[in-house]
Formats: sequence, C-alpha cells, structure tokens
Amino acid sequence: MSHIVNKQRNILDFALSSLLRRKGRNLALVTVYTLVVFALASVMFFTQALKKEAALVLGATPELIVQKMVAGRHDLIPLSYIDQIKKIRGVAAVTPRLWGYYYDPLIRANYTLLVNDTYPLPEKTIAVGAGIARVRNAHRGSKINFFAYDGKPVVLQVRGILSEESELLSSDLILISAADFRRLFGIPAGYATDLTVQVRNQKEIATVAAKIQQFLPDTRPILRDEIMRTYEAVFDWRAGIVIVVLLGALLAFLIFAWDKAAGLSAEERREIGILKAIGWETADVLQLKFWEGLSVSLTAFLLGIILAYIHIFLAAAPLFATVIKGWSILYPNFRLTPFVSFSQIAVLFFFTVAPYTVATIIPSWRAATIDPDQVMRT
Amino acid sequence: MLFTPAIIALFAGSLITSGLLVAAAGYGVQILRHWDLESGSELQLKLERQTYLVSTLVAYAFAFELLSLFLFIYTADNLHTFFVGAMCAAGSLNANPWGYPVIIFRMVNFLLAGLWLIVNYTDNKGYDYPLIRMKYALLLVIAPLIVAETVVQAKYFFGLEPEVITSCCGALFSSQGASVAADIIAFRQGPLELVFGVTMVLLLGLGVFVYRTGRGGYFFAAAAFLAFLVSMASFISFISIYIYELPTHHCPFCVLQREYFFIGYPYFLTLLGGAITGLGVGLLHPYRETRSLKGILPGIQQRLILFSLIFFVSFTAMAVLQIIFSNLTM
Repeated sequence: MSHIVNKQRNILDFALSSLLRRKGRNLALVTVYTLVVFALASVMFFTQALKKEAALVLGATPELIVQKMVAGRHDLIPLSYIDQIKKIRGVAAVTPRLWGYYYDPLIRANYTLLVNDTYPLPEKTIAVGAGIARVRNAHRGSKINFFAYDGKPVVLQVRGILSEESELLSSDLILISAADFRRLFGIPAGYATDLTVQVRNQKEIATVAAKIQQFLPDTRPILRDEIMRTYEAVFDWRAGIVIVVLLGALLAFLIFAWDKAAGLSAEERREIGILKAIGWETADVLQLKFWEGLSVSLTAFLLGIILAYIHIFLAAAPLFATVIKGWSILYPNFRLTPFVSFSQIAVLFFFTVAPYTVATIIPSWRAATIDPDQVMRT
Repeated sequence: MLFTPAIIALFAGSLITSGLLVAAAGYGVQILRHWDLESGSELQLKLERQTYLVSTLVAYAFAFELLSLFLFIYTADNLHTFFVGAMCAAGSLNANPWGYPVIIFRMVNFLLAGLWLIVNYTDNKGYDYPLIRMKYALLLVIAPLIVAETVVQAKYFFGLEPEVITSCCGALFSSQGASVAADIIAFRQGPLELVFGVTMVLLLGLGVFVYRTGRGGYFFAAAAFLAFLVSMASFISFISIYIYELPTHHCPFCVLQREYFFIGYPYFLTLLGGAITGLGVGLLHPYRETRSLKGILPGIQQRLILFSLIFFVSFTAMAVLQIIFSNLTM
C-alpha cells in the first residue's frame, strides 16, 4: 500500500514542479478557469441564499389568503364574505387586510402600504421602512406629503422608522392607519384588499380552500405552500437562465483548455519522450497528466468558490443582483445568510471540472503515447 | 419542465458520461474486430495505444457516475417541495413513471462500470492482454445502458411539472396527493431479519472457504449479489426504522439528509462496494487457467473477497449497532 502511495506522491511532486516550470501559461489557464467557476458559483450561491431567505420570510405569512376576482383581476373583497368563510368547519379566524402600492413620483418608486391591525397607528401618522427614510431623508417627526386618489394632498407624520434588521422585507414599507389608508385610496368601508384565513389543522387547509372556492366562486384562495413553491420555481428558473447564458462562456473556456492541453511545445514533447526512455510507462504519463489536471482544477475550483463566497455573502452580490432579485427600484440593503451545500459544490463540479477533465483526456493520451525515439530524434 | 441548476448539471453530466462511453465503445469495436497480438502491424500498435485511452475514458465515466448517482438522489430530494404530498425523494421520483427507472439504471450502470474497472485492472496485470475480448464485449453492454440512462433521466426531468400558482385559481389544481414517502413496500420484518442474518453468515463462510481454497468463485459472486439485494430490502424493511426511530417510516432516501447526519451514505456505499467486489470474483473466475494470469489471479480474487467481506461486514455491523443503540425497541 505504502508503495502505491509513494509512487503517486512522487508523480504528484513531478506534476507540480512541471506546472511551476511553465508558470505563465498555467497562470493564464487557472485565471480563466477561476473566473468561470466564480461566475457559476456566484449565481448558485445567490439563488440558494435568496431561496432560503424567501422560505424564512414566507414561513410567517398566513397559510391561506382569499382574494376576490373580477374579470380575471384581483378586486376589493366585501367584508360580508368573512361570515360565510367563518361558517366552514375548521376555520379558526378570518382577518381582513388592507394593503396596496403607492407610486411616489418624487423618487420614482413604489411604496408598499399596509395597515397593521396588531399595533394600530393613530390617525395621520405612519411608520416607514429604512429604505424610504433614506431616500426621503425622513426621521421621527418629519412629515411626508401624499396625494390621495382624488388628487388632494394628505400629510402624514412619521412616527417611527422600522428597524434595519428587517430591511429585506420592510425597506419600501409604510405602516398606516386604516382610516388614512381608506382616505388615500378611496376604498369604501365594508371592503378590504383581501382576507387571511387561519385553519386549525394544517392538513385541512386544502379542503377549506376547496370549500371557499365552492361557496364563493368569485374568489381565489391561495395557499402558502403554493406561494413558496412558486418562489422556489421562479428563483431556480432564473438561475437556470443565467447559467444557460454562462454556458457559452463555459464552452469558450473548454475550447481554450483543449487548445492549451493539445498544443504541446517541442520542449514538453521531448520531456515526455525522455521520461518514457528512462522507464516511465504510458500509464505513468497518464497519471502525471491526471495529477496536473487535478492540481489545476482544484486550485481554480477552490479559488473560484472562495471568490464567489466573498462576492455574494460579504459584498452583497453587486454583479448579479439586478437579474436575480427582481426589478424593484427601492433596493433593500441586506446581507445574505451564508449557506453553501454539498449539492451546490457537486453541481458546480459537473459544470466545470467534469467538462474540463473530459476536454483534456484526449490531448493527455496523445501526449502519453508519444514514441520516445521519435521525439528525441527531432 | 423544471429548470434548476442541478437538473442542468445532471443532464450535462449524463451527456458527458454517455459521450465518453460511446467513444470508448467505438474504440472497443475496432479492438474487438482487429485485435491480433501476434501481429506487429501499425494498426495493432495503434489499437494497443487506444486501450489506454479507453480505460482512462471509462475510469472518468465511472467517477462521474458515482458522484452523479448521489447528486441525482439529492436533487430528487430537493425537488419534493414542488409537488404536493411529496416529503422526500421517494415522492418526487414518483411524480412521473420515469423516476424510479432512473435510479435502477443508475445503480446497474454503477455496478457494471465498477466491474469493468476490476476486469481492466486484472487485464493490465497480464502481459498478453488476456481479458481483452471480454473487456470490450462488456463495454459494448455498458455503453447502450448508459445512453438509455441518459434518455430515461431526460424523460423524467422533462416530464416534471411543478405545481405552481395558476392565474385562475390556486387551490383546485393542487391535487391532494397522498404521502407516498412512507409507504414503500415494507416486507414482513421477522422472516426478513432471519433471511438477512442467514445470508450474511453464509456469505462470510463462503468467503472464507473461497479465500482459502480458491474454489467456488461463482457461488461467492452469487451470494454477494444475493446479499446486496437482501440488504437493500432489509434496509428498507427493518434497519431504516431504527435510524428514524419511528416504526412506520421506511424511506431509503431520508437517511441521506442532514437530519440523519448523512448516515445513509456509508450504508449505501458499503453495499455498492460489496456488490461490485463480490461480483468481480465471479467475473474473473473463468480465467483462472489462463496462462498469463495463473500466478496473479488468485491474489486478485483473494483481495476482492476480502474487500467484499469488509464492506458487507461493516454494513451489518453498522446496522446491528444502530438497532442496539437506537431509542426504538420493537
């Protein structure tokens, strides 16, 4: 056993020294390789972290939302529906929600307005997210001007600023009182934006949803699980698209790698010829090439992954954020929770190391089967 | 179809492996047709060089198969969130009829590729390529199977429709599928425990006998294969429940998750390793009388038997320890 290990160690030794002898060329290869790994790894780390974040956030959302549909569009829901839903066995509570979007022409962004029933605000006051506070230069006590649906101005006083820890969720959020909300958007009493339904037994949620659909055919019940699935699919799909785009770059890299491996210099050919003349077998030269490839791959792979980690989790993904996060104007400032899994590494391996290895098999074999006398005569 | 990075990677990986194997099989056909060790022609020299290429190609393909077998299970596991009622890989593999065939293809191909490497190793030890025809005939069996695996896997992935929100109404399209995770056929526990014990004792006894006398290699291979199947069934039937500490949970995939400290990997790796080495003993057995292998083959077979026994004994030891130290008592 120790004989085999020693042999491989010696071959690895030789491989490393021969890589170092051709520093410039291999450095170029490792650089390009690292960049490819870096790009792919960034996309994957980022989507995975966003998926985690979304799952955490959605874990706290209501398990069932009921919206009213008119002509295929989401419409205001009459509060009279609440009693009908409450009659369904298994429903614990039905709560109306008031929320909406307000476009602020001043900073050309949408705010999310929400009426919080748990901690109701007094009339004429609001609490704003950290993102809004930044762009509007707002602080406690300052006043923000809104225009109601009929064009009349509504002045609201900032009563508090939402904590920065929740910025991913609350960056563009404004908490407002119910009366102000209705005045701002002209929503008549007796209507809400949608209803949330609490169900006692988790297993009955789908049944309750089906019953709501049956009693109130003009509504659309939405399950939390469905929202989570949809988010997951959307993030994965976006990552898939970006990766397919990057596959072009990967292909270019493979051609580059093939070319590097195939274009043996006369000096290298002579080296292999001498090795074989002094007793190396074809299999040994193949192993040498294997260790060379492995050293290059591992170096580039690890470097690429570390760089991607820094890019995503320490620098907040400046390069890919716009594509994968969405197209919002008020970007929240947030740091993603670092998360790297075995499957991500394995997937990256299949995208980079596997094709690289395959691209270099035939060139290495060509090199390994060189006839010693032929090379040394030239 | 789902469009996740892992699926694209698996798809790409399968295409690469198929490509490697088809290329290798192409060289294999040439070698089978024109191989003539007596000849010193240029063609024969070329063919001898190509054998190096083929074994490198297959070795890489084998490594990729091993990694992608587990990546596939892991991915299937992650996909369960897209399907109503699926709790782990068992559910998402059931999402369409192609899921389980992929797993079976992957296992068979993994075993075959491992066997090929054993034959290749032995062949390289003999000075006159004694196993060359058998080796390349085997390659011609593996290549179509790997291609079939790629096709079936593509069918599986392309056929997956995640249950996301539709614009008209969410709830009605979420069919309430029953949870299939736990209901994988559970054999009756008592008799199977007995069969498992008997098989392992039989394998161990046979192993010692074949190791010492060098006779009965076929029986050992058959016993190893039997032990592989029985162990799989036992794992699902009565070993898994001690890992989950839940008498109704038999899933063979959940053990691969973080919650169970990835304990499934050593179990399945020892089983696959034991099966490959055990079958290898039988595959090499007919060549014991070959002149160039006479002095080498018994040693190789002995080592294979040793490895096979170590793998199966470790599996059994892990299972027994699990059963003893589990909080579950049946």
